[in-house]
Amino acid sequence: MLLATIFESGLSMEYYLILSSILFVIGVVGVLVRKNAIIVLMCIELMLNAVNLLLVAFSTYFGKADAQIFVFFIMVVAAAEATVGLSILVLIYRNARSVDISIFNKLKG
Amino acid sequence: MDIVTVAYILGGLTLGSALMVILSTHPVRSVLYLIVTFFMISANYILLNAQFVAIVNIIVYAGAIMVLFLFVLMMLNLSKETEPKSSIFMKLAAAIAGGGLLTVFISAIKKASLIDPSTVVNADQGLVKNLGKVLFTDYVLPFEISSVLFIAAMVGAVLLAKRDKQIID
Repeated sequence: MLLATIFESGLSMEYYLILSSILFVIGVVGVLVRKNAIIVLMCIELMLNAVNLLLVAFSTYFGKADAQIFVFFIMVVAAAEATVGLSILVLIYRNARSVDISIFNKLKG
Repeated sequence: MDIVTVAYILGGLTLGSALMVILSTHPVRSVLYLIVTFFMISANYILLNAQFVAIVNIIVYAGAIMVLFLFVLMMLNLSKETEPKSSIFMKLAAAIAGGGLLTVFISAIKKASLIDPSTVVNADQGLVKNLGKVLFTDYVLPFEISSVLFIAAMVGAVLLAKRDKQIID
């Protein structure tokens, strides 16, 4: 079974480089601009997905499967991170009745 | 339609829905736009011949992680009124910082020269058969260690979410 890659039909690698850069920057801006801690966690997921997209694009570009295994492991770590992060958020909400990220100022000594 | 045009349209939809994640004021709407973004990224994976990663992306991200986010959001009962607002100065600073970062990325990409893959690329690397072979030969130790990570995350989440009686009393 031999499939043709999308790069053989004329799409350049720069397209995916720029697409995932913009996606990553959207995630960074979201972390900076939003004050809801759940949205901040979601923007971290967005950044992880930008990296995943670039890894898959390079995997197809060079015809190596290793990068897709890395994507698999990034998904594993992201799932664990989301679980622990959300349970910490629930704990904070229980004590402070808010998910505003500026209440983390209280963590200062 | 040309497949390159399809790729451009998918990229535009991905960026548009990702922008709506950070622009929409209602948290639930933000989560729904993020799910749309994940589906669009999965479509990109299919276009890149990575079928296994595309399916896992839908199952794990859109299926499990986003349901977790949505569930916590509904449990906390957040609405548009309780949504904390950031100041206009903060928004401006974030936009400038993001624009600067993007400029750095783009200029680095423009400077870099990509190596052309010299040999003929076999395009069926993303199928389950090939990925499974690589995962269970070269990467079998990280695979097993990731199960330990999951156990640790699960125990941590249960321990954190458990109500501590001494704090309440």
